[in-house]
Formats: sequence, C-alpha cells, structure tokens
Amino acid sequence: MDWVTIVSGVLVIGGAMLTVVGAYGTLRLPDLYTRLHAASVTDTLATFMILAGLAVPSLFAGEWLITVKLVFILIFLWFTSPIASYSVGHAAFFAAQKPKLDHDLTDGEGDAA
Amino acid sequence: MIEHLVPRVLAKLLIPFILLFGLYVQFHGDFGPGGGFQAGVIFAAGIILYALIYGLDQARGVISPGLVSVLVALGLLIYAGVGVATLLLGGEFLNYGVLDSHDPVHGQHLGILIIEFGVGMTVAAVMITIFYQFAGRLKITRELESDDDDEDEQADDHADGPVADARGPR
Repeated sequence: MDWVTIVSGVLVIGGAMLTVVGAYGTLRLPDLYTRLHAASVTDTLATFMILAGLAVPSLFAGEWLITVKLVFILIFLWFTSPIASYSVGHAAFFAAQKPKLDHDLTDGEGDAA
Repeated sequence: MIEHLVPRVLAKLLIPFILLFGLYVQFHGDFGPGGGFQAGVIFAAGIILYALIYGLDQARGVISPGLVSVLVALGLLIYAGVGVATLLLGGEFLNYGVLDSHDPVHGQHLGILIIEFGVGMTVAAVMITIFYQFAGRLKITRELESDDDDEDEQADDHADGPVADARGPR
C-alpha cells in the first residue's frame, strides 16, 4: 500500500469520525444552540479532511481539474455552512428560543443554582 | 425588518457563482452530470436566494413576473420547436440527427443542447414563478391582517399592491 492511499484513507476516515462525533453531539446535547454548535463546528474540519482526502490521490495522479473542483467545493462549503448555522441560530434567538442554562439568568437576581 | 447583515454579504458574494454554476451544469450536461432540469433549479435557487435576502419587491424588479411567465412558455416552445423542425427536415419528432445535413452526430449534439436549454429555461422560470406566487400570498395575507390597525403602512405598501393583487388569486 503506497503512502498516497494511506494519507488519503487517514484523512477520509478522520473526517468521517468527526462527522460521527458531530452527529452524536447533535443527538445528545441538551438544547438547540449546543446542538447547532456540535453540528457546525465539527462539520468545518470534517469537510476539509474528507475533501483533502479525496484531493490527495487526484493531485498525485495529475488530475488538476478534479483537485480544483474539490477546492471550489471546499470554499463553497466553508462559506455556506457557517451561514446556515448562523441563520438557524439567529432565527431561533428571534423566535425567543432560550438556551438551557444551569442557573436562571432571566430573573435579574443571578440566582446561583 | 431585521437587517440580516451576514447572509446579505455572503449572498452578494455567492449569487454570481451560483448562477454561473447553473450555466455550467446546463451546458456541461452533454459531457458530465447535469442537464436542463438540474441547471434550471440551481439557477432559480440563485434568484430565490436573492429574493429571500433582498426582498420580494426588489427581486421582482430584477426579474419581473411578466418576463418569467414569458420564459415559461418560451422554453417549452424551444423544446417543441426543435421537434417540429426535425419533422419539417424529414425526420421523426425530436430525431436530432437530421438537424445537420452532413454529420448526424453533430445534429444530435446541437439538438440535445437546444432541447436542454429550453428545459432549463422552463424549469428555472417555473421555480421562480412558484416562489413568487407563494411569497406574494404571504404579502397579501399580511396586508389584509394589517388593514385595520395600520393605515400609514398600508399607504406605503400600496405602491406595488395592485401587482400582487392582480397575480395573487391565480
């Protein structure tokens, strides 16, 4: 097994594992904001790792066009994924969705739980 | 209206590339994945994103509903027109091979390109029309709700009211 396959495989598997972590966090975390955090933050690096893993073999096979297309996809996802998370969080905040907290901040008293 | 600053900036950056990618999918459909349907939906998605960010009225200023309904018919006309043209040139309906008198393969390339262009035009126009209609309904509903409690805003909204009213109930 040559090293290109190994590097590519490690990157793709690492990205897939990060995606699994993000999915697990989306399922298990308590409220919308933390779930959004888990989904969006892990997605950024996972996208990079999977696409880099796909780009490495095509780069070493001399397939420049495929590599450039993958870079375009990566840039597009890096722009749009945070915007999607922002929009969901923004809409939730203006729909008066409260974050789940250990102590209640809405009283103004600062009751420590 | 809340100022959506971040999506606004990103939409301004991305919409040209979305439209360009729609055209790429359209005209690269002969050689790779793509074609008229996908390209039309991508192109319409760019316009719909513009309407979501900058408002329905401004989107209607960019691509007017009248133009869109013309494009719906024009795309279908291009599709059927190629079929009729092949009939007149002596082939079957949509037999592209007769479009080029020297090489049938060239005629097939040309025919599928024109056909897909018509399909893409119709699909994009229909998607935009559906979006305009649904978003316009929301605007009419809001105008009816705010009819009795807010007269000043009603006067402001009435500038483009007749257009929405005329197109709404269809």
